[in-house]
Amino acid sequence: MHHSDRRQFLKLAGLAGVTFTAGLFPQRQAEAQASDFHFVQFSDTHWGYKGAANPDAEHTLEKAVATVNGLATKPDFIVFTGDLTHTTDDGKLRRERMKRFKEIVSALAVKDVRFMPGEHDASLDKGEAFQEFFGATHWTFDHKGVHFIALDNVSDPAAKLGDEQLAWLAADLKQRKPDDRIVVFTHRPLFDLVPNWDWATADGAKAIELLMPYENVVVFYGHIHQEHHHMTGHIAHHAAKSLIFPQATPGDAPKRPPPPPFDASLKPLGTRDVAMGKAVTITELPVTKA
Amino acid sequence: MKRRVFTALLVGSVAGGTVRLLAAETGKEVSVAASKFEFTPDTVKAKVGAPLTLVLTSLDRIHGFKMPEFGVRTDIIPDKETRLTITPTKPGSFTFFCDVFCGDGHEEMAGTLVVEA
Repeated sequence: MHHSDRRQFLKLAGLAGVTFTAGLFPQRQAEAQASDFHFVQFSDTHWGYKGAANPDAEHTLEKAVATVNGLATKPDFIVFTGDLTHTTDDGKLRRERMKRFKEIVSALAVKDVRFMPGEHDASLDKGEAFQEFFGATHWTFDHKGVHFIALDNVSDPAAKLGDEQLAWLAADLKQRKPDDRIVVFTHRPLFDLVPNWDWATADGAKAIELLMPYENVVVFYGHIHQEHHHMTGHIAHHAAKSLIFPQATPGDAPKRPPPPPFDASLKPLGTRDVAMGKAVTITELPVTKA
Repeated sequence: MKRRVFTALLVGSVAGGTVRLLAAETGKEVSVAASKFEFTPDTVKAKVGAPLTLVLTSLDRIHGFKMPEFGVRTDIIPDKETRLTITPTKPGSFTFFCDVFCGDGHEEMAGTLVVEA
């Protein structure tokens, strides 16, 4: 599907948000259209959160599911990039939240759904409850000529990938060719977005160093609850909106401020459609269904 | 409370000044207690060129202490004192925060080092 076609179908479905097209995968211009497909990214649903930052927290996830189910063309798969649930010290309550979250997202029409943890899911028990419900915290798969890698930078409460996972990543990348198309999913940014707000991964630079020899790499992450785009060399990093509340603009204050007042008119919550072709086209999908 | 002194050695120069963990020149000492989800006190004053030793303790669980502009971080472990000596080289306000996820409120666990000329 051509990019204009994709924008058109989203528009017809009444779902079109801001479309961001990045000139990614520059080495793969010639063969793009044959393997074109799209997926949807959900992030930071924080199921279980209650507070003023989202007065409709109990229904936002269900609305997002309805929005994505309303897409004119089903995505090939859906990925959740962490903070599925809001943190709690109570392990029983954590599992209840994960159980309810899983029930809600089971209504997604697409059944190829992949999950990653955020620090709210995994940092207090090193991923134990997450693994009971959703399986491994880092994984890979291949889809229509693209290699996908999910990295876990949250099960260590100090926000590290750790030497073992970095070795696993290095071993996986050794099997790739320099011009393979590689998509990386993480929860926290791999790069130092705002070190004073701890918007970083302690050893994320090591992962970026491992990825740098590969010509066609793009990273999708969450954690910061807003759309954001950044380049480390030729590697693009795209942060997603959340489904619970927006966070302050990166670096707006010396200390990380609390979430700004909820303003529905700004459409601060949503998912995103990612079309993979000779370029990566990102279309934000605000939560719209009543 | 049983206390042991955490010993480590780190010396270097970074943007905000020099940093030492357990150094000979400790200068002024300030105790900072970490607990969910605050540092007490959350504002610490220092002077340019004067060594300052932060005596870090935790009242409940493992926390972190990170001050990127000084290029330093350490765990703060219950029943231990962690001593961190810095020598600021420029005035300003510098943020420190907990970088070990400790629960709902972790994101707000931060403080400020105010360095006067």
